[in-house]
Amino acid sequence: MASVRLEGIKKTYPNGHVAAQGLDLEIANGEFMVLVGPSGCGKSTALRMIAGLETPTGGRIVIGDRDVTVLPPQERDIAMVFQTYALYPHMTVRENLGFGLRMRGAGRDAIRDRVEEAARALSLEPVLDRKPAQLSGGQRQRVALGRAIVREPKVFLFDEPLSNLDAKLRVETRAELARLHRRLGATIVYVTHDQEEAMTLGSRVAVMRDGFLQQVAPPMELYREPANRFVAGFVGSPAMNFLPGDLVRGLGRPSADGILGVRPHEIIVVQGGAGDLDALVDVVEPRGSDLLVYLRLGSRGEGPEVKVIAPPETSIEAGKVVGLRFDRERLHWFDPASGKRLSL
Amino acid sequence: MVLPALLTILLIALFPLVWTFWESLHLHDLRMPWLGRPFVGLTNYLDAARDPRFLGALGHTLFFAVTSVTLELVIGLWLALALNRAFRGRGLVRAAVLVPWAIPTVVSALLWRFMFEGQTGIVNSLLVQAGVLREPIVWFIQASTAWVPIILADVWKTTPFVALLLLAGLQNIDGSLYEAARIDGASAWRQFRYVTLPLLKPAILVALIFRTLDAFRVFDLVYALTGGGPGTSTEPIALYTFNALLQNLQFGYGSALSVIVFLITFGLAMVYVRFLGADLTGSRR
Amino acid sequence: MNEKKWWPTLALTLLVLASAFPFYWAILASFTPEARLFQGPSLIPGDLVLDHYRALFTQRNFWVPIRNSLIVAGSTTAFCVAVGSLCAYALARLEFRGKLALLGFILAVGMFPQISVVSPLYMLLRALGLINTYPGLILPYLTFAMPLTVWLLVGFFRQLPAELEEAAMVDGASRLRAFAEVIVPLALPGLATTAILTFVYSWNEFLFALSFTLGPERQTVPVAIALFRGMYQVPWGQILAAAVIATAPVTLLVLAFQRRIVQGLTAGAVKG
Repeated sequence: MASVRLEGIKKTYPNGHVAAQGLDLEIANGEFMVLVGPSGCGKSTALRMIAGLETPTGGRIVIGDRDVTVLPPQERDIAMVFQTYALYPHMTVRENLGFGLRMRGAGRDAIRDRVEEAARALSLEPVLDRKPAQLSGGQRQRVALGRAIVREPKVFLFDEPLSNLDAKLRVETRAELARLHRRLGATIVYVTHDQEEAMTLGSRVAVMRDGFLQQVAPPMELYREPANRFVAGFVGSPAMNFLPGDLVRGLGRPSADGILGVRPHEIIVVQGGAGDLDALVDVVEPRGSDLLVYLRLGSRGEGPEVKVIAPPETSIEAGKVVGLRFDRERLHWFDPASGKRLSL
Repeated sequence: MVLPALLTILLIALFPLVWTFWESLHLHDLRMPWLGRPFVGLTNYLDAARDPRFLGALGHTLFFAVTSVTLELVIGLWLALALNRAFRGRGLVRAAVLVPWAIPTVVSALLWRFMFEGQTGIVNSLLVQAGVLREPIVWFIQASTAWVPIILADVWKTTPFVALLLLAGLQNIDGSLYEAARIDGASAWRQFRYVTLPLLKPAILVALIFRTLDAFRVFDLVYALTGGGPGTSTEPIALYTFNALLQNLQFGYGSALSVIVFLITFGLAMVYVRFLGADLTGSRR
Repeated sequence: MNEKKWWPTLALTLLVLASAFPFYWAILASFTPEARLFQGPSLIPGDLVLDHYRALFTQRNFWVPIRNSLIVAGSTTAFCVAVGSLCAYALARLEFRGKLALLGFILAVGMFPQISVVSPLYMLLRALGLINTYPGLILPYLTFAMPLTVWLLVGFFRQLPAELEEAAMVDGASRLRAFAEVIVPLALPGLATTAILTFVYSWNEFLFALSFTLGPERQTVPVAIALFRGMYQVPWGQILAAAVIATAPVTLLVLAFQRRIVQGLTAGAVKG
């Protein structure tokens, strides 16, 4: 296993598109680093540059203690799991798993042993002699995983590996990946657009947007102390509410500028008039474990929309006016121009 | 990796074209070598414009192109629509379609010549027996009847290919569009006019381009069927150019004719590409 | 759609009949004695004889054009597929400015009217002493065969997902090894189809073969048939027998691979 370091990575395509604008990222040995962000933010490009499938137009990439910036993928000793798995259709599962070892000149016995070991670990023994077309989606995913594990590389790279699975399989495989990380102590760089995946899998998460790193921190820190408005709105579901400062005077911010951010989980619904603000209930969605309530600020509902998560037994219905109480400890203030988080 | 192929193409295709153009600006008649090879500018082209045989050839080619392409498109479309429904014996039909396309054009020309030959060829016999003709026609004695086997042979050979092209286009049309149209109350004709035809336009244009360019370059077919005859009354421009070059050995003049043929086909291709390009990008939106 | 089920079947029956009839008639005639060829033909076969076929090989030495066609078409195909596949692979995978223009240029060259390049090619070949030789035909054939091959193969390579090669490279294969172990096996059907189509076009070519050969020693099959001359009259029996022989190999190839061929021909055209 090895560490990965990106120093000042820039990537501009010939057609002018800028995918990376100076990325500095340090991934420790054995760390599970997730790159997350909306599509087009540059996370896949960053991953492909670590893999060597794309060359940066500026900056350095270091794996372990080797500068690999100009090395082709075959010489970087990395393994990658692609979004579409990229299994070799004309080879059996056994041959797929063994391909990398064969390319590196391993002996036939060594290949056979390692392949069977990986197959056992991933419950792929019954399908070893089938071709990818005859496998289910979940099985294919595991073959892709197996192909990477068999190689015992320095770094594992994952490019949105779960997006082609259905919801249930996705959750199961997520747990599988976490277990894998623990067992192998592997350095993993993982790309996804799903913030929930990022939060549950990563030891640290790097949020990206338009080629820039917005914040790199452990999941809970992203959640509790987002560095700017974008991260605050991206992490956590349902998304954070943003309210203009002048509407929420008296909540601990003396001046009227600034944007208030408050999470739906951190607003309490009380009797009308008994909270910090009044709001008109618009839609109530019972989700089983809780209620997702859509409201509009103001006793006549003339203000902006607010989303609140309320306990399931709350008595609340559309058209009613209720009060919203905010926990002063859980408020975030952002500068309206830069989006940066303001400290109180 | 690209270089060897590219060089080959450049050398073997571009160079001759440039050379032909250069040659067309000279007087170069191998039957009269004492005249040398003087530069004469555009004289050859002016001569061509006044050459009745050339103008005739142009007319023949135009007539042939318009007639055969129209027939091929209409029949091909009809065939494609029929083939679009799933049915047994698809393989047989596909084979029937491919084999005429796959044989050498001169062979197909000879097959059709044989059928129309003399007074007792099979066509004459069938038509007389069916009462369509009172007495057999000698097809190859006059241009008006000589064109019939020429066009029939061309249609026979290439309509299936046009049908295949259009069929591929038809299969790309989402079936649910027809269902939506049916629910909206459209009759079969209306469905054809408002769903099929517009969405088939790219395929039709592609078929049009390929077939028109091929029709303007027709050579093999006429050479083997009528030799351009009787006389020169079915001679297309490619055949006239060939005769001027390799039989009359008028290299200068023949080269000018070659260039004219090239410009015509190139011009046509440009026109089509503009239409097709606009349509493709337009319909992708 | 169950409305009016009769007309498709009618259309298709007509199609099959119309396609097959000239062949049927020619084959029948090729087995009919010369004297009876124009006597008042009937659709049903009478006595069948092998005279014409025998004469083809004893009197006219028809082996020679067949050999010539095989050599010329075969060599052209082999060269074009080998060189063209590398070119097509590069075009399908590499990104560079003007790629679309290059592709368009290649296609345009393939559409040059042959008549426009005949005389300079003739001069060139004559200067090189290649008139009436095998290279003297193969070289000109490359002008239309190479663009065709590249065009078809680019279409096939594009259909293979790029991630397969990337996975192979990440797994440790060099680009060449990835090409050989992953791309080629998957592209084999496409390569085969391209080879067949190139062979068919080369076998059927007429104008160049007519212009660049001088006599029976190097003439290809289409030229040989077109130039059959009889002493007193056109030897239809032999011509048709020759036609049957000439078209048999190509027909068999096409029948055996029809699905692939249809795919190859139409994929590039409509999807663009």
